[in-house]
Amino acid sequence: MFKESAQLEHEIATPFTGGAPDQFATKALSTKRASADYKAATFMGWRRENGRVGVRNHVVLLPLDDLSNASCEAVANNVKGTMALPHAYGRLQFGEDLELHFRTLIGIGSNPNVAAVVVIGIEDQWTNRVVEGIAKTGKPVVGFGIEGHGDIATVAKASYQAKRFVQWATELQREECPIADLWVSTKCGESDTTTGLASCPTVGNMYDKLIPHGIYGVFGETSEITGAEHLCRERAISPEVSDKWYAMWKAYQDDVIEAHKTDDLSDSQPTKGNIAGGLTTIEEKALGNLEKIGHECRFIDALQPAEAPAKGPGLYFMDTSSAAAECVTLMAAAGYVVHTFPTGQGNVIGNPIVPVIKITGNPRTVRTMGEHIDVDVSGVLRREMTIPQAGDALIDMVVRTANGRLTAAESLGHREFVMTKLYRSA
Amino acid sequence: MSSHAGSGEGRTNPHLLAHSPQDNVAVAVIEGLKAGTAAFGVITEDNTTFDVDVHHDIPIGHKVALTDLKAGDTAIKYGQDIGKVIKDVAKGEHVHVHNVKTKRW
Repeated sequence: MFKESAQLEHEIATPFTGGAPDQFATKALSTKRASADYKAATFMGWRRENGRVGVRNHVVLLPLDDLSNASCEAVANNVKGTMALPHAYGRLQFGEDLELHFRTLIGIGSNPNVAAVVVIGIEDQWTNRVVEGIAKTGKPVVGFGIEGHGDIATVAKASYQAKRFVQWATELQREECPIADLWVSTKCGESDTTTGLASCPTVGNMYDKLIPHGIYGVFGETSEITGAEHLCRERAISPEVSDKWYAMWKAYQDDVIEAHKTDDLSDSQPTKGNIAGGLTTIEEKALGNLEKIGHECRFIDALQPAEAPAKGPGLYFMDTSSAAAECVTLMAAAGYVVHTFPTGQGNVIGNPIVPVIKITGNPRTVRTMGEHIDVDVSGVLRREMTIPQAGDALIDMVVRTANGRLTAAESLGHREFVMTKLYRSA
Repeated sequence: MSSHAGSGEGRTNPHLLAHSPQDNVAVAVIEGLKAGTAAFGVITEDNTTFDVDVHHDIPIGHKVALTDLKAGDTAIKYGQDIGKVIKDVAKGEHVHVHNVKTKRW
């Protein structure tokens, strides 16, 4: 599996020509290929106290607010094997925006990829609200308020606790779990015309194959369905869900875009990267985007941002921004444990707690940014690979990633954690 | 990079892909598609093929008109409306933000 150093040096010295060198030739595929039998496929995960299964085993230091980032980062420095999740918000928020803040933090702490959580906030009350929310999962969680103690004493107390959590968590063992225990989200980024031709249909094919076997899926990006909303409406399981979805989409058009736009958004949507990649209009972008939900599965509910799905296995829609880090963070907060991310021009995003698998069909991106790509489906453009073959390659990579293979984004240290803010604070 | 694109027997690697038979634009799927190329294309929905002489250099991912388009026409891709043509475009020319605009927002 490991190359001789002379060969490796040669590869580093010469232009990189393969996006995912071990995509097909790997020992991980020689014994059992998940795509060979979707229903019988299994993965090795950590079953948590509430029955959900995680594919990572993080001990997280979760700041309630921007003021608590420094303490969390200090604890992460003291105690190896922990991870701080600094973010920009949490003060003077109110109403729906505050509810979303709590739902996101509690959801991130509750995600089964997280073994245990230390919450630090500037004061005790809101800190405890997050602790109590996460505690409902049954996982170990404690909170510390800084006021009355200062950073240094808080960091000391939190560090002792974090160290106990890490030593406990690192003895937890993976167990074999059915594919139905997997929650897989999707959102694309730095799209171009190749995403609609190759990488988005690859994700759609994965959902068409795995949703019938009991996985949870989710797609979002409310603004980027503009131009394909008539097709999206038809993909709802029932008229009620269709209407609920349409009301969300329309509210975004009316309350956000129409209320705040200064032009036709053509400087933002499509993005400059999208335009460089050949996408001309939001309609064209949306039609490619919607390829991610395949052709057979129907979405069974339309979720609020960071809302956990509650209607059982199946595909869900979530009302999200189309900005990559915001969207992936919201899906992680809803409990999804693996993310599939089609890209055209080469978005490099990751997430601190959820592995983000990059799929591209653009041969130029494979050539120039191959280290960011986990699944190369550029063969689809050459007509050397079919969409079902690409879907199988992705399914195999999803299971290998669940089993522990680090994604490109994880190995390159991408930990973008971005809270969605609905409006200005009080 | 597909050095075999459109050349020789079999023509397995296309220069261009369109989604639907209704599309009036197609996407360049190789790097370095040059003006003057007799391009070979495939419609992914039904695997039928088409030929078009390309009149501009087309970067990978960018679109080519499959028919003459007039200002006011609708650009069709995926068999769907992707925006309005704002300047006449001849068959084989580059289609992008300079001659097609969104109908939204």
